[in-house]
Amino acid sequence: MGLILAQILTGLANAGALFMVASGLSLIFGVTRIVNFAHGSFYMLGAYLGWSLMQVLPGSFGFWGAILLAWLGVGLIGALVEIVILRRVYAAPELFQLVATFGVILIVQDLALMIWGPEDLLGPRAPGLRGVVRILGEPVPKYDLALIALTPLVALALWALITRTRFGILVRAATQDREMVGALGVNQRWLFTATFALGCALAGLGGALQLPRGGADLLMDFTILTSVFVVVVVGGMGSLPGAYLASVLISVVGVFGVSYLPQSTLALTFVVMVAVLMWRPFGLLGREEVAGELGQVGPPEDPIAPASARMRLLVGMALAALAALPVYGSPFALVLATDIAIFCLFAASLHFLLGQAGLVSFGHAAFYGGGAYAAALLVRHAGAPMELALLLAPLIAGGLALGIGFVALRASGVYFAMLTLAFAQLLWSLVWQWAGVTGGSDGLIGIWPARWADSNTVFYLLSFALSVGGILTLRHAAHAPFGYALRAARDNAPRAAATGFDTRALQWAAFTFAGAMAGLAGGLFVFAKGSVFPNELEIARSFDALIVVFLGGVKTLSGGWVGGAVFEAGVDWLTRFDYWRLALGLVVLFIVTLAPQGLVGTARALWARVRP
Amino acid sequence: MLEIAGAEVFYGKAQVLQGLSLRLGRGEVVALLGRNGAGKTTTLKAAMQMLPLARGSVRLNGQEITGWPAYRVARAGLGYVPEERRIFTQLTVRENLETGRQKPREGLPHWQEEALFELFPNLAERAEARGKALSGGEQQMLTIARTLMGNPACLLLDEPSEGIAPVIVTEMARAILRLKRAGLSILLSEQSLPFARAVADRVAVIDHGRVVFEGSFAELDAAPEVTARHLAV
Repeated sequence: MGLILAQILTGLANAGALFMVASGLSLIFGVTRIVNFAHGSFYMLGAYLGWSLMQVLPGSFGFWGAILLAWLGVGLIGALVEIVILRRVYAAPELFQLVATFGVILIVQDLALMIWGPEDLLGPRAPGLRGVVRILGEPVPKYDLALIALTPLVALALWALITRTRFGILVRAATQDREMVGALGVNQRWLFTATFALGCALAGLGGALQLPRGGADLLMDFTILTSVFVVVVVGGMGSLPGAYLASVLISVVGVFGVSYLPQSTLALTFVVMVAVLMWRPFGLLGREEVAGELGQVGPPEDPIAPASARMRLLVGMALAALAALPVYGSPFALVLATDIAIFCLFAASLHFLLGQAGLVSFGHAAFYGGGAYAAALLVRHAGAPMELALLLAPLIAGGLALGIGFVALRASGVYFAMLTLAFAQLLWSLVWQWAGVTGGSDGLIGIWPARWADSNTVFYLLSFALSVGGILTLRHAAHAPFGYALRAARDNAPRAAATGFDTRALQWAAFTFAGAMAGLAGGLFVFAKGSVFPNELEIARSFDALIVVFLGGVKTLSGGWVGGAVFEAGVDWLTRFDYWRLALGLVVLFIVTLAPQGLVGTARALWARVRP
Repeated sequence: MLEIAGAEVFYGKAQVLQGLSLRLGRGEVVALLGRNGAGKTTTLKAAMQMLPLARGSVRLNGQEITGWPAYRVARAGLGYVPEERRIFTQLTVRENLETGRQKPREGLPHWQEEALFELFPNLAERAEARGKALSGGEQQMLTIARTLMGNPACLLLDEPSEGIAPVIVTEMARAILRLKRAGLSILLSEQSLPFARAVADRVAVIDHGRVVFEGSFAELDAAPEVTARHLAV
């Protein structure tokens, strides 16, 4: 009995930071319609800032003062980010704003590394709250009790702000109809800035408050992001009580998972999430209209047309030139070109999903890494030859997509996006925890191609043929009736349904197809590198693909592979620098603010301007 | 009071306003008549700067407001009441009113909740009800009251009589006349000629994004070809 109570109390204490970050995310999304991916970064900044302040401020006053200052400081940083970056991209398609927040994540990661170094920082104990209290014989940290008391107070203050003040009324009004709020004389710019700053400040507060329990480290941003997405999906976007309820639920389930099923902590969380979604697709207390669609905003794209004969000739010649690379390229060029070809296929598969089906997946790495692990595991544990592994990798990844799609497609818009990310993260943690089979963080190494394909030249040609073949298949699907039906479902689901299309089945098929193609890329990747590690499944890999698709341009058919080629080549060059994430983040922000149509779109616009 | 000159507005490649010009005098009520798709709503939104003008200008009280953000236009004294009653459904009546609140304006009535509840007694009874619980007529009243909280000098009313019960239509007409007496200038779009006749001083008929007739109701009655050509369904 005492143990169970102690565990519930630990869960409640864990829920504190989670609630603060989740409510901030939810608040920001409601008003600005931006899923702030960088929210985990603000949480991390709160922890680091708080830690530094606690080093200089003395005593009990110093501890709480540091938390207060971290709260304010992160709020200010949030305001700055909103004013300098996000304001410039509100008019752009919504997905571009996501990419802008990715850029912020990268920059914050490297800045934190520069300022605070790579070592985990141990959080100071809270003065006066060291030690434990015995409750029914079980030790409960005093600080946990303080957090349990504090969290509802923060929730209450937030609730009062939202329901009782003019600011809160305007925030709720803007959540429903921003344009109307503007027509009533409210300057939305400052409303957005204030909301964004408030949301970030909450994340910062969460980060600073959990210092005595977990300290600060450079992985905090992505770790909390997954849990927060789960909380928001379970609680319902835009609902403060929902966020609180879900934070408690997920945290308590997590604590019990650690004690009774330590191998499957995350899996248990997901079982809860899936169960809630089956029962209420918009979360416990969410409302359908708040969820919004992450669809393609902006002017409709021009209908796609098959490439002209001249274009086909040009592309054919370019492909022939690339296929002849072994004749004139250096060995290094061959290895780089192999990487680029594989990455282009991965990017093109996500691009198909986004561009044709309008499904924004935040977790496409699940299928890339899934394909990679499928191939590696087949070789390692079943002794499969490369040919068989390469054949099965896309099929297994496709099967994975079939399963994940079944659950994720019950939701739409941001919920769908968050679910895909959460599933990818589940897969990542499975691979990480199931070390006996997957090698855990050591990965699987020594997975080399068959002897006939062992030379760089032959493997390059093989990857090139399969990647180009895959990209052409994706392209063909876009031009096929399947592609037309998908775009119909994307642009107007009710009308497409009324025309006789089963829109959900179409999307499911597209999700599976794109997953299989990503799996093929993953399979090739394993043999190109001879190894696979869990980071092929992690959030950052999904983000890479998303960044690429937006760099290339969502609304252009070639955006995926063009962006992929430029990105992979660029990253190869950038990673030679110490702080390449910072540089990449700045490049991303630069492109997002200056060339919002992506590389292909911008090139087209420029071409249209020069052409007589 | 309000002067629209040579306004051209596009939706993508389709031109909706084709050089529309219109003048609203101080304390005047002008009804904008026209068929569905003639450009009535577009005219009001363009005046409010909620749609960008490709050409032409809008002046409010002699001041050029073309290209301003809508919130500045609202603060300059132009109030916009949208059609299809865009109230905030999750907010209570009182909270909806709060969203419209702006500073008082010199020489114009300073609207407070009490005065608005007197103007629309139905709203007073439902002050704490959420927007989504209101009837169509009540929602329409709330939309107007919410805009009045900004103490506008000039009101843009988009189809105030559309889709509400006949009893409420009479009440709506009475309210508009009271607003006129309080000194407001009003430009309203209408499909119902009887309603326009009941509240407006002058009428402007638009078709294909242009004003094709301007004058009194007597003049409109004397020109049956205008009604036949531009208004008859």
